[in-house]
Amino acid sequence: MIRQFYIFVKKEFIHILRDPKSLLIIIAMPIAQIIIFGFALTNEIKNANFGILVTQPDNTTRTLTERLDASAYFDLALVTDNMEDAEKAFLKDEIKMLVVFEPGFEQALLHTNEAAVNLITDATDPNTATTLRYYASIIIKDYQQELRDAGSLPYSIETNIRMLYNPQLVGAYNFVPGVMGMILLLISAMMTSISIVREKELNTMEVLLASPLQPFLLILSKAVPYVILSLINLTTILVISTTLLDLPIRGSLLLIFAESFLFITTAISLGLMISNITDKQQTALFISLMGLLLPTLILSGFMFPIENMPKAMQILSNAVPTKWFFIIIKNIMIKGLGWASVWKQSLVLVGMTTVFLTVSIVKFKPRLA
Amino acid sequence: MRVLLFLLVKEFQQIFRNPAIIRIIFIMPAVQLLVLPLAADYEVKNVYITVVDNDHSSYSHALVNKLVASDYFVLTGYADSYAQAMLDIEQDRSDLIIEIPGQFERTLVREDKATVSIAANAVNGAKGGIGASYAASLIQDFNTDIRTDWLQLPRYNPYPVIAITGSNWYNLHMRYDLFMVPGILVILLTMVGSFLASINIVYEKEVGTIEQINVSPIRKYQFILGKLIPFWIIGFVVLTIGLVISRVAYGIIPEGSFGLIYLFAAVYLLAFLGIGLLLSTYADTQQQAMFISFFLMMIFILMGGLYTSIDSMPEWAQVIAHLNPVTYFIEVMRMVVMKGSTFADIRSQFFIISGMAVFFNVWAVLNYRKRN
Repeated sequence: MIRQFYIFVKKEFIHILRDPKSLLIIIAMPIAQIIIFGFALTNEIKNANFGILVTQPDNTTRTLTERLDASAYFDLALVTDNMEDAEKAFLKDEIKMLVVFEPGFEQALLHTNEAAVNLITDATDPNTATTLRYYASIIIKDYQQELRDAGSLPYSIETNIRMLYNPQLVGAYNFVPGVMGMILLLISAMMTSISIVREKELNTMEVLLASPLQPFLLILSKAVPYVILSLINLTTILVISTTLLDLPIRGSLLLIFAESFLFITTAISLGLMISNITDKQQTALFISLMGLLLPTLILSGFMFPIENMPKAMQILSNAVPTKWFFIIIKNIMIKGLGWASVWKQSLVLVGMTTVFLTVSIVKFKPRLA
Repeated sequence: MRVLLFLLVKEFQQIFRNPAIIRIIFIMPAVQLLVLPLAADYEVKNVYITVVDNDHSSYSHALVNKLVASDYFVLTGYADSYAQAMLDIEQDRSDLIIEIPGQFERTLVREDKATVSIAANAVNGAKGGIGASYAASLIQDFNTDIRTDWLQLPRYNPYPVIAITGSNWYNLHMRYDLFMVPGILVILLTMVGSFLASINIVYEKEVGTIEQINVSPIRKYQFILGKLIPFWIIGFVVLTIGLVISRVAYGIIPEGSFGLIYLFAAVYLLAFLGIGLLLSTYADTQQQAMFISFFLMMIFILMGGLYTSIDSMPEWAQVIAHLNPVTYFIEVMRMVVMKGSTFADIRSQFFIISGMAVFFNVWAVLNYRKRN
């Protein structure tokens, strides 16, 4: 029995090793992705192009423009004295914000102590628009504060701000655990589902089913190599995250591996389930990619905060395995918490795995056609 | 021409013979377009706060009320100590801890100065950072309020004030779905097109039917065109379904012209199908083709500016983003739908995509070999 099982696992490995192109992709893909996303993804907003509309430039408008341009958030891309030019720039996507100074800005500020500035934002992207206006307001208010000589004011409340877990506000702290879950889920589910459906499509499944190995062990033998490959992927991802991306591992490494092993099992059972309800590689691939890619990306909580979603979506997001894995990894790796903080999420994953496996076993047909 | 026609008939029959594929290419994108934009909203709002009030004075109450009264903050609860408040942060029940020191009101009045501490959960740096600065600026406002109470400032401004007003162009009500729907539509269209195209030729290779085509008098370009045109048409159908859904479910009517959207889509689809076919000529098995296109899709989607702004990326990543066809289509889609940009505004994007279309398709034709 054990020997037969071993032979089947070996056969599966030979299959994988015989196709070095696929193997290379499987191993190299997570590396490339984690590097690209770790460095490139950030939901901070920086270097936004802005324009100024000023009919009578003076020292104050110049100083304010310089201040905006000098900050990390803004780059000056347009100086104009009429609205038509500004509108054209908006239409061509050349600027995201337009600062409109009232005519005679400095004079107004000096004589009446009040001058008006209008911040027009391209609200195509509402989030960027709000954030940019907020940043610009802060810069303008700081300048205003300087004019007043703030030091002399009585009754001052100071704020002391601390950023927990991630003082540099690095985007990777949030994205890496998220992307990690996505890669592990998609690759494991996809690989497993294809490897079985492929045997069906090429008619080699008949041969396997006619072997003395029990169907359950047969399926298990297909899963084992992919568990091992996924664990290799996990290790490379962790090594890259800590060396290249300087991510901390504050909690227990053992716990991370144990949880990831659980998650990989969930993903592979999902792949098994997909393979049991389809009989063409194309269909299996489509389901595991089209069906999983966007929903895991959007509903797992690392891109879009789950609390912002409508109630129905929040409920739906519970069905996405990456959501739970994301919380687990974030808690262990970044926050340095232990088992006590992740046991509930782990139970959910165990539950999902059980459901996927049960469906696979119920739907599994030991004879074809 | 007749050869091409036969090839097209063959391709269409092959595609439509698999009912599962039809469901997937038409229904799956439609459902996702209906559901996903609702969830895609990363505006920083609903920042949850836990308050550690060591003072319990009228000022500390007023300060907390000021924070909670704003749209951004939701009070999770009060904690007796900082350590207890940390539990809320650890369990993700709170994003910020506001700690008001003991004797806050007394120190402020007697010593003219008091300090409030804010600790933010910065695992998500953007949310932590923006949440903390919102809190800080509300505390500043509160400061101005009490100062005005104490000092009885004169009616006209004794200090220079710059009055800041704001306007939101193109999206008056700041609707997030207006922004997301065109982008997600582009992604879905791209996924359908590239996956279909990338596994198609490989499928013939794997099943062995490509041999029959290779020994026939069909020319290389005819073969590639025969593969390209059906997916091109399917792409248009998916796009149309998507636009209908945007209209019916989200009430999105493009400010610009439909003609321009379709024109751009036509070229864009050619470019993308070209990439798919090119992959297909390189890969030996469907599995390989799928893995590569999955790899590319992840990069294309995440770096296409759908979720995170391209301007904020490091230099080298911006270069990648500008080699990414998805970037251009998402940009153009948003410009035309929301701002009503015209052809003159999107000219440069149009020519870049045309260039890509020619480049990838020529490469695919050249790389397709009739013998092994």
